[in-house]
Amino acid sequence: MFSKPGLKAGLLSLLIFLIFIGIWSLATYHKEAPAVSAADAEYAAMMGKGAGKTGGFPPPGEVGAAFVTYLSDPFYDKGPNDKGIGIQLAHSLWRVGLGFFLAVIVAIPLGFAIGMSPLLFRALNPFIQILKPISPLAWMPLALYSLKDSDVSGIFVIFICSLWPMLINTAFGVAAVRRDWINVARTLEVKPLRKAFQVILPAAAPTILTGMRISMGIAWLVIVAAEMLVGGTGIGYFVWNEWNNLALPNVIFAVAMIGLVGMVLDQLFGSLQKLVTYRE
Amino acid sequence: MSLNNPFDPDSTLHRGCSCGQHGSQAEHELAEVDALNQRVIQSTVMRALFPQDVERRRFLGTVGASAAWAAISSLIPFGALEAMAQEKGSLEKKDLKIGFVPITCASPLIMADPLGFYKKEGLNVTLMKTAGWALVRDKVINKEFDASHMLAPMPLAISMGVGSNAAPTNVMTIQNINGQAIVMANKHKNNRDPKNWKGFKFGIPFEFSMHNFLLRYYLAENGINPDTDVQLRVMPPPEMVANLRAGNIDGFLGPDPINQRAVYDDLGFIHILSREIWDGHPCCSFAIPSEFIQQNPNSFAALYRAILKSAAMARDPKNRPIMAEVLAPANYLNQPKAVIEQVLTGKFADGLGNVRNVPERVDYDPFPWYSMAYWILSQMKRWGYIKGDVRYKDIAEKVYLLTDARKQMTSLGMTPPKENSRKFMVMGKEFDPAKVDAYSNSFAIKKT
Repeated sequence: MFSKPGLKAGLLSLLIFLIFIGIWSLATYHKEAPAVSAADAEYAAMMGKGAGKTGGFPPPGEVGAAFVTYLSDPFYDKGPNDKGIGIQLAHSLWRVGLGFFLAVIVAIPLGFAIGMSPLLFRALNPFIQILKPISPLAWMPLALYSLKDSDVSGIFVIFICSLWPMLINTAFGVAAVRRDWINVARTLEVKPLRKAFQVILPAAAPTILTGMRISMGIAWLVIVAAEMLVGGTGIGYFVWNEWNNLALPNVIFAVAMIGLVGMVLDQLFGSLQKLVTYRE
Repeated sequence: MSLNNPFDPDSTLHRGCSCGQHGSQAEHELAEVDALNQRVIQSTVMRALFPQDVERRRFLGTVGASAAWAAISSLIPFGALEAMAQEKGSLEKKDLKIGFVPITCASPLIMADPLGFYKKEGLNVTLMKTAGWALVRDKVINKEFDASHMLAPMPLAISMGVGSNAAPTNVMTIQNINGQAIVMANKHKNNRDPKNWKGFKFGIPFEFSMHNFLLRYYLAENGINPDTDVQLRVMPPPEMVANLRAGNIDGFLGPDPINQRAVYDDLGFIHILSREIWDGHPCCSFAIPSEFIQQNPNSFAALYRAILKSAAMARDPKNRPIMAEVLAPANYLNQPKAVIEQVLTGKFADGLGNVRNVPERVDYDPFPWYSMAYWILSQMKRWGYIKGDVRYKDIAEKVYLLTDARKQMTSLGMTPPKENSRKFMVMGKEFDPAKVDAYSNSFAIKKT
């Protein structure tokens, strides 16, 4: 299945991973605490000594145990503040999906209009340039204050952060369609709507999808931070809740899951991108 | 409640109550409360029928108690009277969302859920764990929460519009008294005199918190100006432990179980408990928007009963170990049971090598004294959070629902205090609720 270089790269990845785990184990290795006298036993028990408590950074074994515990039962629901990792991820994905979808609805048509009309581009450019670099989380207090709903605020933050890359890329893609093709369309007297959908859209699609891919990446970065702020549900809330308990193995587990889901989302848009790419 | 492992030789299966007829001490007390209600009504009726006690005794003596009971209850609808006394009108709103921050101060409002106190009143309550106090404030103002766990000064600040938009908010009950502590990093083990703490950095959970006011008071009494000599940083409780580990702060006045957690993680020691500053100080409260009360008077009363019963349960030291077990899982506090147990039972390791036994470390006295609100306002004035003339009495009486609390406590057969305010000592200095303004001006160190 693997071609030779692929196999080699795979082996190398595995080796790097093993070395990483090895260093991690060595760095977090600690000796057993010495036995305490009976008089101090009560105090030691209250300090949690000998109760399987480890101080400092958790070794790989503990983190592995967290993986097994959470992945073996990903969809449990023990009340509003304790749900399985699958449910938490689903909540986050739902928020990201909704915010992203709203951004697509706004950004693609607007980007199209901006790309086709140089006048509109010049008029809107200053606004876009000012709004684009604002950290999405900086919108959070404003959103909470004006929208008066933490869930809607989270979705709004996703919306606003995924808007700009898509808008700019769509405008750029539309504006950069080769003049020849537009001229051909004009010669053939193609109607404007048909020109937009059959000439410009296919030509600009790869650039637009690049914008969507960037947006999705940012949205996934932002949702974790947003959920840590507003809480309730989602993977970000999960991280916060485990941090509250100072349960680092669980936090590391959540971090790994965030990375994994982010990678899957990126791959998804990567393959979509391949689908619409054309060769000249 | 979680079940004990029946095959564990160390666990007790027959928990039971003192009379043995109920599943737990809490249920036992609940039954007692109901029985007491009945008795109150019955004796009221009997007093009305027989104004002279001699007549009543003669009557009962001749016809016998059971015959008398049958005769009287055929004439007087005791059942209906009881229902009326309990004010169980139809609930305007049954599905309630109640916010809480995962600290032991929230115990009564949390415990009311697993113990079924909300359900018994016909309320379907969802407890929402919340990441911090600013968010609690916003979610209450935005009506995402119907009621919430709040720091005792917060409803005062929110009602006055200090630090947020003004939104009338009330304190139904105090959640807990005492139960906080000053925790210092281990490196300060030999530097216990606060007079040497100039330049230190301290963590506090929120501006409008008893933690802020008590720490300021403590520092100022030791000659340290909290505004200029030290740095007070607002941070959520879990960050206190993380920052203590990183050395970003020298100590904090935080809520439990975070204090005990810092000791448990070998990062700090308990310098003093907050009760050593002011014994009996309020910490958190059960707060509700005034609008909710006006629109849902019956749900409000039902909520009151549930919270008060739960507080009465939480006061009993016998219930504390069980509470630790119930509160520990991820759905509630998400902390090791060993830590919570030390906080609730008051038998704890102080981080200096001693086991201390302070059963009064935390208590759950629900009565919202006006004098508590006066003191909080006096400190808000002292530190410049509110300016100009403060109408202490008006604000306190508007925000702290002392009369309602007393009424509900009486109807549940509890004995609330008769006074509205009382004098108390804060670090050896008397606070007189009749002279609040003079008190707040009497300090040498204050914001000018």
